[in-house]
Amino acid sequence: MLLGPSLAVSAILFSLGVVGVLLRRNAIVIFMCIELMLNAVNLTFVALSQQLGLDGQVFVFFVMTIAAAEAAVGLAIVIAVYRHRDTVNLQNINLLRG
Amino acid sequence: MTLVVFWAFAAIAIGSAFLCITRRSPVASALWLVNTLFCLAALYVLLDAHFIAAAQVLVYAGAIMVLFLFVIMLLNLGHADPSDMKGPWGRVVAGVAGLVLVSELVVLRLAGPPGDLRLPPGTVAGTVAARGAVRAVAQPLFEGYLVPFEITSLLLLAAIVGAVVLAKRRL
Amino acid sequence: MSTLAGGAADWIWLAILLPFAGFLVNGALAFLRPQSRRLVSVVGVGSVAAAFAVGVAVFLAVLGAHPVEPYVRTLWSWIPVGDLRVDAALQVDQLSVVMLLVVTGVSSLIHVFSVGYMHDDPGYARYFAYLNLFVAFMLVLVLGASYPVMFIGWEGVGLCSYLLIGFWFEEKEKADAGLKAFLVNRIGDFGFLVAMFLIFSHLGSLDFRDVFARAPQALATGGGTVTAIALFLFMGCVGKSAQIPLYVWLPDAMAGPTPVSALIHAATMVTAGVYLVARSNILFAMSPVASAVVAGVGALTALFAATIGLKQWDIKKVLAYSTVSQLGYMFIGVGAGAYAAGIFHLVTHAFFKALLFLGAGSVIHVMHRAYHHTHGHADAQDMRNMGGLAAYMPWTSRVMWVATLAIAGIPPLAGFFSKDEILGAAFARGLAGERFYLLVWVVGLVGAFLTAFYMARLMLYTFHGPNRTGDAERAHLAEAPWVMTWPLVVLAALTVLGGALNLPHVETLHHWLEPLTARSAALQTTLEPAAGTEIALMTLAALIGAGGIWLATRVLKPEALQTPERAPRETGFAKLLLEKYRVDEIYSAVVVRPLIWFARTVLWRGVDAAVIDTAGVNGSAALARGFGWIGSRLQSGQVGTYVVFFVIGAIAVLAALLR
Repeated sequence: MLLGPSLAVSAILFSLGVVGVLLRRNAIVIFMCIELMLNAVNLTFVALSQQLGLDGQVFVFFVMTIAAAEAAVGLAIVIAVYRHRDTVNLQNINLLRG
Repeated sequence: MTLVVFWAFAAIAIGSAFLCITRRSPVASALWLVNTLFCLAALYVLLDAHFIAAAQVLVYAGAIMVLFLFVIMLLNLGHADPSDMKGPWGRVVAGVAGLVLVSELVVLRLAGPPGDLRLPPGTVAGTVAARGAVRAVAQPLFEGYLVPFEITSLLLLAAIVGAVVLAKRRL
Repeated sequence: MSTLAGGAADWIWLAILLPFAGFLVNGALAFLRPQSRRLVSVVGVGSVAAAFAVGVAVFLAVLGAHPVEPYVRTLWSWIPVGDLRVDAALQVDQLSVVMLLVVTGVSSLIHVFSVGYMHDDPGYARYFAYLNLFVAFMLVLVLGASYPVMFIGWEGVGLCSYLLIGFWFEEKEKADAGLKAFLVNRIGDFGFLVAMFLIFSHLGSLDFRDVFARAPQALATGGGTVTAIALFLFMGCVGKSAQIPLYVWLPDAMAGPTPVSALIHAATMVTAGVYLVARSNILFAMSPVASAVVAGVGALTALFAATIGLKQWDIKKVLAYSTVSQLGYMFIGVGAGAYAAGIFHLVTHAFFKALLFLGAGSVIHVMHRAYHHTHGHADAQDMRNMGGLAAYMPWTSRVMWVATLAIAGIPPLAGFFSKDEILGAAFARGLAGERFYLLVWVVGLVGAFLTAFYMARLMLYTFHGPNRTGDAERAHLAEAPWVMTWPLVVLAALTVLGGALNLPHVETLHHWLEPLTARSAALQTTLEPAAGTEIALMTLAALIGAGGIWLATRVLKPEALQTPERAPRETGFAKLLLEKYRVDEIYSAVVVRPLIWFARTVLWRGVDAAVIDTAGVNGSAALARGFGWIGSRLQSGQVGTYVVFFVIGAIAVLAALLR
């Protein structure tokens, strides 16, 4: 019964996350928007698990673990970049220029 | 009744998410994200995922977001910097992309899960009630998904080592 | 069905292979051991003589078999593409056998003559190699069983003509003459090609057998298609056989060695056009308009060239314009529907024109030898330096008089019968209602008078009167070597006896060629003139010939001639004739120079430099650079931009998957 609305909320949250990624220049805020996207997906999994079995919740468990690991490593990278370029603004991080 | 509660928390979650992505200050964005995560936890409870809801609060809102805030404070990035948002063209692109994506997802959602896969309603709630919230998740985790579980522990080890190495000043 | 299969006719390809092998051997010798004259002579003369022997054998086979249909000897399949099927095939029939004998026979005599004439030339082996190659290609031309095979020969003889005219290519004039011949021929060849395309598209085949069988049914007699085909074929003839307006290459072709002029530009290559019309007689007979054009162009050329010949001083140029004129007569013949008459004149002309050229070659050879001894530099070919040579070169003088009488049309020599038959055919056609042919006949008669006149002039200035060569040179004037003189004697004998090929009322050649011309004859309306008219015409022709010679002896005074340095300048109409009506200058101004201007200014600067180089090559490079610049802008190094593209791409893929 809650499946439809849940999926709708999840869709909106995911889109908001994408908009955030496209909108911001601060590396950390972009990271947070990615976390938002992951949570939206979690919501989808949980909503569907109500219909299809508990495997969905197990999956959410794994997603959370991975998100934690990813956040740790990603923030370490941000710190390393900040040490070199003194900024986390993506405009100034352009060493990949061709 | 459930529906009302659901929509209330959903509205707060969406609003918080929107505010998260639009605030200039990274600290403000982080805090609004925390709020969103809390509301999502509430939604999980309504969806009979009690354990997941607890894990969400403990791990996501409690650990990951704290880590974010640590790094923001560490690097002294709390100020609102005008150049943190993209210019007008960027906003247009972002807005259009978002709208397109939402419409695509709505189309996608219109097709629900296949009928023959659905369980009778109330099965999950029954399982949770029968075995307890934790056990309901733990049993499939340690029985069917044991191998991914062990691999995940390795992954966490790699992440720890990687984070330490990357953030060190001198190796 | 003919009974030629299994006999000598199956070996017809040997006639082509033998001279071609001669070319290969002599060509190799030209590189390896150019000084081995004896071997080169044996191979060069022997291969063509052997081809003549093959020709005689095939001729005897045809004589015995009396075939009604041509016999096609297919060698291999050449072009099997879609609907087009062209085989490498040779055709043995009465007409091709006649041409085969003429080509190989006259070639053999000229090869023998060349042994003497080219004896001192360093390019001896190369000369014989080219000459052998020419014979091979000419035989491909006359023996081919389809238009494409004939065209191979057509182009091949054009190539050999270029190689041989420009034989002494170290002198720019001579090299240019070869190039001019090739280029002018090319214009005609274009017509030939267009005709082939038309034939294939309307008749579905290019083999002679098929084309001539289908043409009467598939095409409307007198209609536009067959007229177009015939006219385009004739365009090829105009180029190859030096008619107006494409004759200009032939006088320049005299830059080549004289035996080459004799063989290629008198006896064989230039007659290819006449052979083409005779071979395609059904097509021309079906189009009265085209036939009239052929006859008209032939008549005009005959007269025009004869007038130019009246005032030329170079002995070879006189003969060149004479050839152009006589070719005009052949076209009058085939244009008037008398295909056998045209071929008859082709054969007799081969005899006496080759004889005239070889005789002139002997004279030039002797003059050169004299000047060589005295280190003189006068022009050995200018008649004003000659005179009275009959005393020093009796045999040459006698045989050349035989040829002169023949070309003037004095009975009973061969030229009389052939020329008379042509003019008679034109007259008969005119009587039958096509008044145009009467005009052709009149023009032909005037041309005959002029022919007799200028040939007598040539003989008078060269062999009679006082000698103007110079006292020192005179001591060295003597008869040419015997190797050069006996081919002349043979040709003289053929000239005397050749008339027997097609005597009036007996008409051996005409009956011989009948299986090939019968259908065309049925399409024409000719009135047989009354016996009295015929005799009157013959007498008239003989009188005109004799009259021309007589007038020349009366009017021309060899005693009054001066050598070129001391000769007075020509004025008035004589000057115009000497300068050949300035046709080459007109062509240069009207055609050549505008073309060069166009090529240089429009095509080179305009199209090549501006369009292709600047816009095309440089432009596409600039375009590539532009695209590269745009691409490089994408590599901004801005992760934020990359993310945007990434997300947009993901959304697009999702949209595609949703379909």
